[in-house]
Amino acid sequence: MRQIAIYGKGGIGKSTTTQNTVAALAEAGNKVMVVGCDPKADSTRLLLNGMVQKTVLDTLRDEGEDIELEDILKPGFKNTLCVESGGPEPGVGCAGRGIITSINMLESLGAYTDDLDYVFYDVLGDVVCGGFAMPIREGKAQEIYIVASGELMALYAANNIAKGIQKYANSGGVRLGGIICNSRKVDNELELLTNFAKEIESQLIHFVPRDNIVQRAEINKKTVIDFDPLADQADEYRALAKNISENDMFVIPKPMTQDRLEELMMEHGFLGL
Amino acid sequence: MAIDEKMLEQILNKYPAKVKRNRKKHIVIRDIEKGAQEIEANTRTIPGIITNRGCAFAGCKGVVVGPLKDMVHIVHGPVGCAYYSWGTRRNKAKSENPKENFLNYCFSTDMQESDIVFGGEKKLAKMIDEVVEIFHPKAISVSATCPVGLIGDDLVAVAKAAEKRHGIQVLAFNCEGYKGVSQSAGHHIANNILMEKVIGAGNLEEAPSKYSINILGEYNIGGDSWEIERVLKDIGYHVVTVMTGDGSYEELKNAHIAELNLVQCHRSINYIAEMLEIKYGTPWLKVNFIGIENTIKSLRNMAQYFGDPELIQKTEEVIARETARIEPVMAQYKKICEGKTAFCFVGGSRGHHYQGLFAELGVETILAGYEFAHRDDYEGRDIIPEIKSDADSKNIPDLHVTPDQRRYRLKISDEKMAELKKRIPLGNYKGMISDMKDGHVIVDDLNHFETEEFIKILKPDIFASGIKDKYVVQKMGIPSKQLHSYDYSGPYAGFNGAVKFAEDISMAFTSPTWNFITPPWKNKPLLDGKIVDEEAS
Repeated sequence: MRQIAIYGKGGIGKSTTTQNTVAALAEAGNKVMVVGCDPKADSTRLLLNGMVQKTVLDTLRDEGEDIELEDILKPGFKNTLCVESGGPEPGVGCAGRGIITSINMLESLGAYTDDLDYVFYDVLGDVVCGGFAMPIREGKAQEIYIVASGELMALYAANNIAKGIQKYANSGGVRLGGIICNSRKVDNELELLTNFAKEIESQLIHFVPRDNIVQRAEINKKTVIDFDPLADQADEYRALAKNISENDMFVIPKPMTQDRLEELMMEHGFLGL
Repeated sequence: MAIDEKMLEQILNKYPAKVKRNRKKHIVIRDIEKGAQEIEANTRTIPGIITNRGCAFAGCKGVVVGPLKDMVHIVHGPVGCAYYSWGTRRNKAKSENPKENFLNYCFSTDMQESDIVFGGEKKLAKMIDEVVEIFHPKAISVSATCPVGLIGDDLVAVAKAAEKRHGIQVLAFNCEGYKGVSQSAGHHIANNILMEKVIGAGNLEEAPSKYSINILGEYNIGGDSWEIERVLKDIGYHVVTVMTGDGSYEELKNAHIAELNLVQCHRSINYIAEMLEIKYGTPWLKVNFIGIENTIKSLRNMAQYFGDPELIQKTEEVIARETARIEPVMAQYKKICEGKTAFCFVGGSRGHHYQGLFAELGVETILAGYEFAHRDDYEGRDIIPEIKSDADSKNIPDLHVTPDQRRYRLKISDEKMAELKKRIPLGNYKGMISDMKDGHVIVDDLNHFETEEFIKILKPDIFASGIKDKYVVQKMGIPSKQLHSYDYSGPYAGFNGAVKFAEDISMAFTSPTWNFITPPWKNKPLLDGKIVDEEAS
């Protein structure tokens, strides 16, 4: 079982990328579980064709500790297993602690069965506190992929996440598997991302071009692979899934200083044009 | 044996250079020739050093707010903070109406994991409702623990809504343990809220009788306040309120009517003392009711303040009566105690207060210090303008009060005030250092390492401190007296308290139990082995 966590700046397309990748892996015959680690609980919407999921934390709150696995684990596209951790209302409580609670709950309920090929964690935004680092702490996920684009803030967040991975790499054994570019059609994006990945001693695992079909599929509550299996974009996600499944480059990243990051933008990005 | 700078240097040399530099500023060997000596205090303990200090929650709920008997004190957090602050401080209280004394209860919201995740505000609101329904207290306090601050529960908003629902005051204290340097931060937080919300909320405009006073910074540990009040009432004083030992919310509301405020523990309550003077014009007098001499001096200073010949005469009569009664008893105990030495490391006032009582029994305090005091408690209030404020002190809001238009009035004329200030500690505290003798050691925030080192060199006959270091010292063969909780004994204040204290420490001196035991590691080797010749192997 490979446990993979997807991080990246808020709004970069983590959930969309994760679900399309999972759909491609499931289509290829893999057994996959997706754990949404975002209080908004929208990490499995495309796989479930809508928000029908009751979150782990809501279930815990309503029904107490006595929970059945079926209450929180819903089958989605091609029998992927979907879980949403959930969390408190914005501005109250501790969402980070919520993620710890729900992952512990999944473990004690025996959700991590041997027949699983992959478990994906889709984690909110930047690594904001210890709770959101849960999947990389304590060795839950061994592989991390960071979704980024050619925008400075996206790379800034990616660099920050690399710091988090570096911090836990020695104790938890977590490694960075690569950078996924979810293209924003920024100038020189491919070159910039390739060099960014190289600079932190990782790799650009796939460049996902921008395509409106992703938005059309989303409105229909579907992944592209589900919505239009013949579309070019579906093949892009299949390629990403293939690269991940065949990946053998796992590193402890070497994050850069803010100055070096800006320099890199000057050299390769739109600032260098 | 005395200690000199060189020996001090040797002790501190065990520390890394940076730690040594830091700790050195917290230790002073008294040198009267040098005049005023500076000591560093109220700064963060270096992480890794085992300190005796408590937290802001302990200072707020545990010390200042907790003793108010007719309030229900809710601790908002996981159950431990409430449980371990329940009854351990031994602040006693009795009430004519047993239904108006809640000190025997322990109230906690007992936050669980889901309360941390989703926030604990609803649970707290529900608890307040239940408390009102079951206990009908006159007011409620809610004290925050660390996790509450981390997840951002809005205590003030919950309290405000509850006040509307129930029509009683609900006081919210944002006294999360991690705030500030020590429990001292909690005292300040508690002082601010009590001043802002409670004191002055009563309807009384005039004191009901002559010589009305408040006793501030007296927490009735082991019944101290009862002994002090006994004497004061005999002389003819009317005690409006005690802050806060055996104190009540109802009385505290009318604290503004007193003619004089007595300050026993300067550290924990000087904020309220100062604010009462600014807002209502009530001066404060530093007193010390620990030890016979200090008690007598305090009583005489009070009589001087009021300046009434009748009161002065009654004061002398009571003093004569009490001393005649207890001096023969004290003399008996003095035979046992005479010639001995003590370490006195307590709190923010007692490290100083108990030195007089020890001295009366013939015990010399050769090392003293405070856990959480500020520089003024060591060096005197004159240095307050010199104290630099840092990030930690700025973290606690300073409450600024202005004279109350309706209730402010001068209790004594400016001339009289100025004249009195020359004779009695009115609005002043001169601190511990000036009372220490040449060569004696003053240590701020004493830690376990230094405790052991100083004991090895100075070999005191008794160690007065708290629960955290008591047993370490006791097992070194030195009697240890807890001066936070009095080891299930007390009172130690006033005349009867002095006798009780003399009895207790005499018992300690005459039963050196731990000296009869030789631990096995003193006789037998802990490890068995033989030296192997390297060449042969």
